[in-house]
Amino acid sequence: MARHQITVTVNGTEHSADVESRLLLVHLLREILGMTGTHIGCDTTHCGACTVLLDGEPTKSCTVLAVQADGREIMTVEGLERNGQLDPIQEGFWQEHGLQCGFCTPGMMMTAYALLQRTPHPSEDQIRQAISGNLCRCTGYVNIVKAIQSAAATRP
Amino acid sequence: MAPKTTADVGGMGHSIRRKEDPRLIRGQGNFVDDITLPGMLYMDIVRTPYAHAKITAINSEEALKIPGVLAVITGADLAKYNLHWMPTLMSDTQMVLPTEKVMYQSQEVAAVIATSRYVAADGVEAVSVDYEPLPVIVDPFKALEPGAQVLRTDKKDKKDNHIFHWEAGDRAGTEKALKEAEVVVSQDLYLPRIHVASIETCGCIADFDKVRGKLTVYMTTQAPHAIRTVFALVAGHVGLSEERIRIVSPDIGGGFGGKVPVYPGYVIAVAASVLIGKPVKWIEDRMENLQADSFARDYHIKAELGAKKDGRMTALRIKTLADHGYADAAANPSKFPAGLFSICTGSYDMPHAFVEVDGAYTNKPPGGVAYRCSFRVTEAVHAIERMTDRLAQELKMDPAELRLKNFIPADKFPYHSALGWEYDSGNYQAALRKAMDKIGYQALRKEQVEKRKRGELMGIGISSFTEIVGAGPSKHFDILGIKMFDSAEIRIHPTGKATARFGTKSQGQGHETTYAQIVAEELGIPAKDVEVEEGDTDTAPYGLGTYASRSTPTAGAAGAMAARKIREKAKKIAAHLLEVSEEDLVWEPGKFSVKGAPQKSKTIQEITFAAYTNHPQGMEAGLEAVSYYDPPNLTFPFGSYICVVDIDRGTGEVKIRRFVAVDDCGNIINPMIVEGQIHGGLTMGMAPALLEEISYDEGGNMQGGSFMDYLVPTAVETPKWETDKTVTPSPHHPLGAKGVGESATVGAPPAIVNAVVDALAHLGVRHIDIPMTPEKVWRILKEKGVAE
Amino acid sequence: MIPAAFDYHRAGSVEEALALLGRLGADAKLLAGGQSLLPLLKLRLGQASHLVDISRIPGLDYIKEEGGFLRIGAGTREVTLEQSELIRSKYPILVDTAAVIADPLVRNRATVGGNIAHGDPANDHPATMLAVGAEIVARGPKGERVIPIAQFFVDVFTTALAREEILTEVRIPVPPPGSGGAYLKLERKVGDFATAGAAVQVTLGQGGTLERVGIGLTNAGPVPVRATEAERFLTGKVPDEGAIAEAAKLAGQAADPAVDRRGSAEYKKDMARVLVARALRKAVRRAGGKS
Repeated sequence: MARHQITVTVNGTEHSADVESRLLLVHLLREILGMTGTHIGCDTTHCGACTVLLDGEPTKSCTVLAVQADGREIMTVEGLERNGQLDPIQEGFWQEHGLQCGFCTPGMMMTAYALLQRTPHPSEDQIRQAISGNLCRCTGYVNIVKAIQSAAATRP
Repeated sequence: MAPKTTADVGGMGHSIRRKEDPRLIRGQGNFVDDITLPGMLYMDIVRTPYAHAKITAINSEEALKIPGVLAVITGADLAKYNLHWMPTLMSDTQMVLPTEKVMYQSQEVAAVIATSRYVAADGVEAVSVDYEPLPVIVDPFKALEPGAQVLRTDKKDKKDNHIFHWEAGDRAGTEKALKEAEVVVSQDLYLPRIHVASIETCGCIADFDKVRGKLTVYMTTQAPHAIRTVFALVAGHVGLSEERIRIVSPDIGGGFGGKVPVYPGYVIAVAASVLIGKPVKWIEDRMENLQADSFARDYHIKAELGAKKDGRMTALRIKTLADHGYADAAANPSKFPAGLFSICTGSYDMPHAFVEVDGAYTNKPPGGVAYRCSFRVTEAVHAIERMTDRLAQELKMDPAELRLKNFIPADKFPYHSALGWEYDSGNYQAALRKAMDKIGYQALRKEQVEKRKRGELMGIGISSFTEIVGAGPSKHFDILGIKMFDSAEIRIHPTGKATARFGTKSQGQGHETTYAQIVAEELGIPAKDVEVEEGDTDTAPYGLGTYASRSTPTAGAAGAMAARKIREKAKKIAAHLLEVSEEDLVWEPGKFSVKGAPQKSKTIQEITFAAYTNHPQGMEAGLEAVSYYDPPNLTFPFGSYICVVDIDRGTGEVKIRRFVAVDDCGNIINPMIVEGQIHGGLTMGMAPALLEEISYDEGGNMQGGSFMDYLVPTAVETPKWETDKTVTPSPHHPLGAKGVGESATVGAPPAIVNAVVDALAHLGVRHIDIPMTPEKVWRILKEKGVAE
Repeated sequence: MIPAAFDYHRAGSVEEALALLGRLGADAKLLAGGQSLLPLLKLRLGQASHLVDISRIPGLDYIKEEGGFLRIGAGTREVTLEQSELIRSKYPILVDTAAVIADPLVRNRATVGGNIAHGDPANDHPATMLAVGAEIVARGPKGERVIPIAQFFVDVFTTALAREEILTEVRIPVPPPGSGGAYLKLERKVGDFATAGAAVQVTLGQGGTLERVGIGLTNAGPVPVRATEAERFLTGKVPDEGAIAEAAKLAGQAADPAVDRRGSAEYKKDMARVLVARALRKAVRRAGGKS
């Protein structure tokens, strides 16, 4: 089976890797690039724990092949903090107790980040719709909504 | 009640931001699958499609030809070391890998060890297993019929599928009281199997160091010490010794009880590592998690509630059949095979009660208290809160009024229930009244009358639950013989900072923050200066772990007691420093000062420094303490929940319009964290009420074995929970605190069922079993002639 | 969770994709958004030794009105459809449909072409395309052809596309004034396939009678269902409550759904009825009529 040489830009840094065709993007990130902030929570593309931004769009990285991301830009949770400053999304989640076990959190925050890029002041309904592809078992979503609203209010 | 400490100290009552969050919001958590060890191998498991079958051959040759597949481990391999069976936490036995037959669909049959995750998956596909199917039993009633096929043929002398019989209360007295009751309502209720489905599945890395003879297991476990002892007992004969076993439970992505049992995967990974001498990682898929890991519920309940015509309850009788799957692998305290089910007299002053539970084997995965249930309290509360509404309906009484009439009065605590519990404190009337006020109960009832005239289906449901948590007093509570105390070890360093280690293990409940707040409360050391550690058995004091809402009641108490021991020693040092006697000292959080001369004082930081640099002669240096806390009783959090639903007459969909939850967990450490626990618990209460269910067809095939069909709610299905509280401290807990993590999962389902039944009560509907799927409701609407 | 090994090929043009399909044979599958194919491969259901990625072929991603048709390139992502100003203002039935496909994250990858070409009666676009009378444009080694939607769905996971044909565009005749449509989906939760789904497209004529009615049902049989009897009944009638109720009843009878965890056949058929009635009311309202 053919292998492929691919180049992906993750959080602004270019990485090259030699990969099997079937390697899932989430495994490229976690195992080859060592960025374990993106998590895996299911096997049927339901839970959204693996959400990253692919060319700015929140995407379930378990349902994208690494080869499909060749030449593309990816943003993961590790890219939210810049120059030692937490992103308003991260501050919002911390401030409003938007996480408990933290496992769904990276994916949830990436979806929220993308939402606020597109819709800086979403209604509660829009927030709930936007995160409906991200499952959380701990929080019951109330504080996640508050976290995103807090981030929306404090974003420059 | 105002906090005793300032906001920068952050003791009890302060909603300080969580100390565990900085790493989690950066994606720098340390979950088991994030860990890589040099030379690490990967394990994946071959599972059976049959619910009951003899294994006639396991063919590994094709798998072993795949480059990178190193081994295929079967039951025969483990049998050489007598590791193919293991004890369960209820002293039953279950297979690690089978040598003769499989007993539930998706049971582990063989394990592939390979150099990569992907190759291990290929290896699993390449193993072929030959089976001879056997008849399947999925109905626990059929399992107990005389002459039924005996499932546990591994148990010599076992002639049936009966696991246990357990009872509590006064059988004869209750029988008599029911006969004499002016009204009796009876109901069959079934609570189907459900699965916790925490977003992180289970897994481990087993790393056996041949040279040092030391086994380290990074594991998704809620109870690391208990696991260590179990491994030492089970595998002592292959050279594992408890002082050279280290269990590390790092960051855990949700537990809810699903990460308490010892799963076969863990044991196989350990065996593989011991045999091969390299670290072996095993992380289960979601489908494996749903199909093979411990479940919860599966209780067939028959309840009878007797009362006087005026509504005063007189007697409760419950008979339950518990379907445990093929082994009793529930994680109950050993004397309680039906957990704390006997809390089923609930919040009511019940003169007579009798409850009996029988367990049965079936061809399903073993378990089952894994779903935030406080050891079967969800089942108990569901029963009593449904029966209370049944009684209200029968008597044509308002269900709030009926509850208020029957609540244990606030001045009757400690209260001895007819089933043997001593409730520590409660004020049920206040909680219910607060909930009624907050939701506007009377106005809602008026609205319901109006809507009914127009044919609109609106319902209001109440659940006033009493929980029972904090297992538990050593007199009655042990798991596999280990008493259910818990522990704290606190050490203050010269510069006034602290390290505090506990025997519990948070999986999202915020212990790194709340335990620090306990130390802050007791010693005035700012919570930010207290580093809390849990989960590494090499360093943490022995504890029974975190589940059943036991942490604050046991380890939290231990933390307070250890801190108080430290304060006692600090007082001596302060007296020495201030050259006064101890009786002349007054404590306020963070300092000792001289009575009448408050300017003469020493801060806790000064005292701590002195413990290392200027301690009194004859006293040991240092400032630390350990406490193993044996709680004198359980704690009894409680609450009242009110739910408003509207039913779509066309589709049968139930929409929760409002849900008010008033909870009382005694004194609160961190209000924000408690509120978060309630939000999450309510969501895990709604889910089984409306969406989640695992069922089996006649052939033992599981339905609902992936997220396609096991319906975990998203933010769209989840209502905007409204929460509030009352505070009724526990009289026996050092901080007056009770547990709370599971209250909402316990209290919510009957509130929702009661609301839906209430919406349909005028049509003669008396009860609906959960999950109340749209089709179930639609059938009722059709039957009653009110479907759109 | 881990797919079996396969080879990956990326096509830079439709011609290249067709050449690859020709060369690689029956075991080659097209990969666009991958949101139906990759989940299947991860569960090791369905064979594919080769994947031909057509998601980067330029010029397959467009939404435009031209020559009397609304033309949607097969590579158009669902999210693009959902957010398109043109679609939101003139074709709300397509917004209704796109907005309930899976979840928002899947919609960032999933393509309109894929949703139709996969041939899954549980997908949402097929019923809508039936209701609006769409046409499928496909390109193969012998050139381009147009397949009327009524002939497109042949069996479960089987369409009229030849093995070496690629769906390049779906086009909908621009409806005349006085038209409106709606799609309603009953799902157990966000992200689920439809328990029942109803697409209704109507055109109201003079005197408020229905000149044209298209009704499509999702997940109501091995292929998406056209409720032709209901359509015939309604044509020429005023869409009052009585007519709507009768049409909905007929539509429900046209459903032949499979029994699964989403419901019994009886329930699903009745839900088709309920949803058709509700979608009819909404479509009529959008068409400018009273309901």
